[in-house]
Amino acid sequence: MAHVDATPVLELQGIGKEFGAIRALHDVDLQVQPGEVVGLMGDNGAGKSTLVKIIAGNFRPSHGEIRFAGNAVHFNRPVDARGVGIEVVYQDLALSDNLTAAANVFLGRELKRKFGPIALLDHKAMAARALELFGELRSETRPDDLVKQMSGGQRQAVAIARTRLSNARLVMMDEPTAAISVRQVEQVLGLIHRLKEQGVAVMLISHRMPDVFAVCDRVIVMRRGEKRADKPIHETSPEEITALITGAKEAA
Amino acid sequence: MAMPMESPISFTNVGKIKWWQRGIFASQTGYVLLALAVLLVIMHFASPYFFTEGNMQNVAKNFSFIAIATLGVTFVIITGGIDLSVGSMMCFSAMITSMVMTELSAPGSPLVHMAADGKTVLANVPGLILLISVLAGLGVALIAGLVNGFCIAVLGLSPFVTTLGMLSIVRGLGYVVSNGRGSFPGGPDADYFYALTSGDVLGVPVPFIYLVILALAMAVVLHHSAFGRHVFALGGNEKAAELTGIPVVRVKIEVYVICALAAGLQGIIISGWLGSAPANMATSYELNVIAAAVIGGANLAGGIGGPLGAIVGCVLLEVIRNGLVLAQVSSYWQQTLVGVIIILAVLVDRIRSRMS
Repeated sequence: MAHVDATPVLELQGIGKEFGAIRALHDVDLQVQPGEVVGLMGDNGAGKSTLVKIIAGNFRPSHGEIRFAGNAVHFNRPVDARGVGIEVVYQDLALSDNLTAAANVFLGRELKRKFGPIALLDHKAMAARALELFGELRSETRPDDLVKQMSGGQRQAVAIARTRLSNARLVMMDEPTAAISVRQVEQVLGLIHRLKEQGVAVMLISHRMPDVFAVCDRVIVMRRGEKRADKPIHETSPEEITALITGAKEAA
Repeated sequence: MAMPMESPISFTNVGKIKWWQRGIFASQTGYVLLALAVLLVIMHFASPYFFTEGNMQNVAKNFSFIAIATLGVTFVIITGGIDLSVGSMMCFSAMITSMVMTELSAPGSPLVHMAADGKTVLANVPGLILLISVLAGLGVALIAGLVNGFCIAVLGLSPFVTTLGMLSIVRGLGYVVSNGRGSFPGGPDADYFYALTSGDVLGVPVPFIYLVILALAMAVVLHHSAFGRHVFALGGNEKAAELTGIPVVRVKIEVYVICALAAGLQGIIISGWLGSAPANMATSYELNVIAAAVIGGANLAGGIGGPLGAIVGCVLLEVIRNGLVLAQVSSYWQQTLVGVIIILAVLVDRIRSRMS
């Protein structure tokens, strides 16, 4: 469970975001502890994706401060967020179908070997490391297979393996179980457990109530751009969360 | 989670893909290569002249005349783009090269200083004029490539429209600088120029040697460098490439520059073979070049292609052309047949991917 005494890996203070006249987020505070799995729920338009995009460095917040592992951070691009240890598994997974699993895992940070002035790709080292990561994630995925020939669960594993390259401290997953089969949902939830075991904090953005209740330690509910609830999972119920999401219950 | 973390990964549920279903064997390039081999055998029986040394040299030379530009355009096609300006680029580079060569060699030209022996100073260093004029030809290609890349990658214009515009701009500039008359390589270095563009080494045409070297370099770059990996990633999923931190803008500009340089070099080589750079040279060659790339397996949707495919496509087109001539079929049929082959090649690939 949450390590209450440790420095939170991510801390948001008074985050707000306006797009012109539209207020997408207002005064959001939240903390995520190392090794904690936090579910982020809310209806469409509640501000979940804006929040995720601010944390991932796609947008800058209009107000408020982001602290990562105790230090204030400002991200201009997604690469900046990745630099400090925030990895995002995007809903469409951001994979190149025409490349192999290993190539996708290392996309943008390929391992190279120097031959004099020329740096060539180190295919062997990348395949070996990718196989190791798939092993850690318990995914039966061959590094040399093309991503287009893979199942939804395997593709998810490739996208998650990518986050394990750089010892990320916070992994945000956007709807990882939305488009895959029941068996594969089990695999993905297993992968989240494994990240947690390794002390990585996970933010799970999902519409699927059973998944959130299966893996999360805490659930945060967003509605109309504000945080309406932030409760340990054992102190709440799917019914209460549904009421919070729809607005039947204002706050908890 | 019941399993301990140390247990090795097993592949009980995931079969290994058979060797004949992966790599070159499962690609359009593989099928077209097979078709080419069959065609060569048929040609051998159809015409006793086909496999003669002279004819082989001829074929090698002729397909090399579009194959270098095809290598360049293949880079662009892999990223999911297209470059229609290659034909005009060939002409303009060739024209600039021969004009600079003539200008630098001509006594009395305002740009050059005269030496005591009545020749220009540059002409007294063998090969210097040639070097400068080829660099000038490639320089204009570089600029056109940069403009293409800038418009497409930075301004976000569509590659089709941008390069269609560049096709016209560059062709027009060619008419402007030459006044529509075309130009001829001249001066003391013209002989070097002809030797380096249309000569041969031990019976092998020089353009073919350039082609092999460039194709090998391209294979290494595409499959063993981070740049090549990024080119493929861009064609596979541009948004993913962006999110994973690949410098998308830079890679795009680079592929259009490579393509323009390849076209420029190709044009310079062709002008050596023709002995001149007429203003209407290489008109509509962009269609042959793109056709060759597509027949060889480059996918216009992006993400697939390579140097072997580019060359196979060019060879196939040339063997058909050559075969029709040897078989004394009217050369008007050639274009029709090329069109049929483009569609057939793509069709076979589609049927194959439906079946697997």
